[in-house]
Amino acid sequence: MAVGTVARERVERLDRIWQERPGFTGWLTTTDHKRIGLLYLVTSLVFFAAGGVEALVMRTQLAEADERVVGPGTYDQLMTMHGITMIFFFVIPLSIGFFGNYLVPLMIGARDMAFPRMNALSYWLYLGSGILLYSGLALGHAPDAGWFNYVPLASRKFSPGTGVDFYALGLILNSISSTAAAANFLVTIGRLRAPGMSLNRMPLFCFAILATSFSLVFALPALTTDLVFLELSRKFGLHFFDVGRGGNPLLWQDLFWIFGHPEVYIIVLPAFGIATSIIPTFTRRRMAAFPLVALAELLVAFIGFGVWVHHMFATGLPEIAMIFFAAASLIIVIPSGIQIFAWCMTMVTGKPEFRTPLLFIVGFILFFVFGGLSGIMLAAIPFDQQVTDTYFVVAHFHYVIWGAAVFPLLGGLYYWFPKVTGRMYNERLGQTTFWLVFIGTNVTFFPMHISGMLGMPRRVWTYPGYLGWGPENFVSTLGAFFLTGGLVLMAVNLVVSRIRGPLAGPNPFGGATLEWATSSPPPPYNFAVIPKVSSPYATWDTDDRKTDPERLERGDFVLEGGHLTPGTTPVDGHMDEILAMPEESPWPVTLAFVATLGTAFVIANHLIFAIAMVALAAVVLVAWHSGEPEAA
Amino acid sequence: MTRGVLPAGRRRLVTLGLPVLLATGCNSNQAITNPATRPARDINTLWWAMLAGALVVFAVVVALLVIAFVRRGRPGEPSHDDSGPYKVIIGGGLAAPMVVLAILFGFVIHVMPATSAPPGPTKLTVDVIGHQWFWEVRYPGTSAVTANEIHIPSGTAVDVRATTVDVIHSFWVPRLNRKIDMIPGRANRIELDAPDPGVYRGQCSEFCGVGHAQMSFYVIVQPPAQFRAWLRAQSRPAATPATAAGLLGRHTFLTVGCEDCHVIRGTSAAGRVGPDLTHVGSRRTLAALTIPNTPRTLYDWISNPQAIKPGVRMPGFASLPAAQRHALVAYLESLR
Ligand code: HEM
Ligand SMILES: [Cu+2]
Repeated sequence: MAVGTVARERVERLDRIWQERPGFTGWLTTTDHKRIGLLYLVTSLVFFAAGGVEALVMRTQLAEADERVVGPGTYDQLMTMHGITMIFFFVIPLSIGFFGNYLVPLMIGARDMAFPRMNALSYWLYLGSGILLYSGLALGHAPDAGWFNYVPLASRKFSPGTGVDFYALGLILNSISSTAAAANFLVTIGRLRAPGMSLNRMPLFCFAILATSFSLVFALPALTTDLVFLELSRKFGLHFFDVGRGGNPLLWQDLFWIFGHPEVYIIVLPAFGIATSIIPTFTRRRMAAFPLVALAELLVAFIGFGVWVHHMFATGLPEIAMIFFAAASLIIVIPSGIQIFAWCMTMVTGKPEFRTPLLFIVGFILFFVFGGLSGIMLAAIPFDQQVTDTYFVVAHFHYVIWGAAVFPLLGGLYYWFPKVTGRMYNERLGQTTFWLVFIGTNVTFFPMHISGMLGMPRRVWTYPGYLGWGPENFVSTLGAFFLTGGLVLMAVNLVVSRIRGPLAGPNPFGGATLEWATSSPPPPYNFAVIPKVSSPYATWDTDDRKTDPERLERGDFVLEGGHLTPGTTPVDGHMDEILAMPEESPWPVTLAFVATLGTAFVIANHLIFAIAMVALAAVVLVAWHSGEPEAA
Repeated sequence: MTRGVLPAGRRRLVTLGLPVLLATGCNSNQAITNPATRPARDINTLWWAMLAGALVVFAVVVALLVIAFVRRGRPGEPSHDDSGPYKVIIGGGLAAPMVVLAILFGFVIHVMPATSAPPGPTKLTVDVIGHQWFWEVRYPGTSAVTANEIHIPSGTAVDVRATTVDVIHSFWVPRLNRKIDMIPGRANRIELDAPDPGVYRGQCSEFCGVGHAQMSFYVIVQPPAQFRAWLRAQSRPAATPATAAGLLGRHTFLTVGCEDCHVIRGTSAAGRVGPDLTHVGSRRTLAALTIPNTPRTLYDWISNPQAIKPGVRMPGFASLPAAQRHALVAYLESLR
């Protein structure tokens, strides 16, 4: 592409303006959404490995009846940490933290998130909460009351150690981080879309992140409240959950599931978004029924709030309440069904090319339908009352979160790998990985349906041989190791390709959305020229892309006077102002450090030091704000 | 281990795909697919019906994916077609699910009454109380108290009142009925109405701490006359042991600390931490089904219960002279 001298000068100026500190300090102080995204990526994958090792130890213990690889105390800690890790430290940070952070600004043609420093803070708080929980494990005080941590088992009386304090306070920190991240997405998606990107031209991935962020913002307060109640009961003896003193243990469950069920959709919605990005690219066809799919994504998040009681069908609630919630749970089938048919019909009416990312999406559809069907069964009250807390449920939710959320994430890792690294992965190894992981996942989790139907309860560290659950468990364990092999192969492929893969160029797959319009990897300012948008398939449609060099030469929408990005109206995407973004800053990481330390002091019962940390945090906040740029 | 006391339940395949998995003679005394009562049967029917429906739906999706695979093509210019096959999407995503869900919902409403608690008092009520980690069973109107064994007469509707003294547990005998949680401050109820005598295995089904995996129990369904005789026997206080060893055992029991945690009616032992042992000799298993009840296992249990059931709230008495431990065994085994 011939670029004139004026254009070259402009690009150099942009490079200078957006340049960040090099090396390690650069990573500590960065506010670039892409680098923060990469931090999320690496961290969440490390946690994935940790959660995976925990799962493998559990599976080894359960491989045969009456085994003694680990005792019940250790098993309970592993089980609890596995659940917490996978949900709070792996799936959400990978999907929202990495995919959301990395892609949303690129897809909407913005130069960063709306609040770049808060974005950094979210990441560092997440890391802090993870380190906190894992130091609990290292000290032998990991929580052991299960990831849903029911009271009174989790009360001080029945869990006297500090394990549950690590759980409660660690997750409060984590949920502050997620709330901030979600608010950031809402504003970013609402206000920073490229000129011309009205809501109906926004990529479906961004709709999914929008729906997810709404869910997070409304669901997390329930969890946070619950955790605060728990910690107040544990530390100061208040009685929210204590029947003897007028409390109610079901309050914990209600609040937990008011958060916990939307949580399931928080986990799968970004995955839906990834599916709707990958499918059009590899079928050379626009998503069928785009508006229906967008609506369905939002509806799923909304209805997700009305179904929490289906986690409590065995608690002896009035039948009429149960029937209402069962009906609500069944209704959610409809938006999900619309999406499934839209994905399938897009493939049927397009010309699909089954490369690795699309293979993972096909796997995802199969898992989602399968897990969804067992989910419908669980909404049938008497059946749920029979199988809840058995391995049938373990099978069901692993099909949903592992098959229907993690599969698209893995597909997404392949799909955006060239964008993020500038290099191609090895396609043959990619497809092999898919088959290993697909078969491994089924071999691991399918037999759990059977052991569940044979009456095997979940969260047991051992079982007697005479009940005949041995073969299912043995196969499950084999599957888990097979699956791990597939994941290791994937890691090897991606790491080697990162170093030696062939160069990819800006758009190796012919992707439709804006991230493919810029170079791979994108420059810190994402786009030299702010794109103008006339369709949700911007790179397929508009000629704007082709005239980029001319616009760069002319200087329209280059915005080279500082960290600038256009602000647009929430619905129509009309540009209404130019926003100045803050630059990199040491304060987010400092504040997160202080907050984590303060939390650690609370856990250790050094309340004085904890209060000192609050004071310190106030000082940090002042410093933070004195460094903010003035609005342009 | 406890195979002897289990009836050989009928085996039923739970799956279509992997019968091999099931081929190794599994006992289905806790299998949902081996129902023994009306509610359990209804749930099982619901399950097979849902499975059949689910397979049809799954087949439709697989068929769509197969069509897509058959039509796969090389990459080219993206098509400008912006229309969608709305009819199929609405038909498959909206219309068809509505019909299927309506049918399912009708089925659910139909099955629910059978599985719910009895509307009023029944002829017999049994109180089942969850403890970390055993089951206390009381028979209102009598002084009988058992642990980990619930005896009921066959052909009689029994109202089980399920409560807990500590954390949440869940009462679950899959072959007889669905489960019901045991929640502090509530008495949840469920009906057991087993037509046939037999031994039905149940297990705690809500995670309740370290001993959760080893918190099982039997429901023992007896012909009504036999049940009445059993209940009379259990209501009596413990008999005075007839042997010297038994007498030494009783003395040991009442002096070395056992009495702080266990009740033996008719003696001064009145502890509430562990199970009532008044008729412990008549029980089939120890430690909530973890081991069969034999002199040998009882001796091991008294010596080191943690080795058998980690987390159990009973100290080991390995420091007692072996003779005293044998005497304890003799005494407890005599309590029938
Ligand atoms: C590597 C593949 C995985 C294997 C082999 C595996 C295995 C297991 C096992 C054996 C349990 C314990 C079941 C029990 O005792 O009740 C479990 C629980 C759980 N798993 Fe996984 N799992 C895997 C991946 C995942 C993923 C990716 C997620 C979520 C993103 C996840 C979420 C959970 C949750 C939430 C629990 C419940 C923990 C609790 O009961 O507190 N797992 N898993
Ligand atoms: Cu229990």
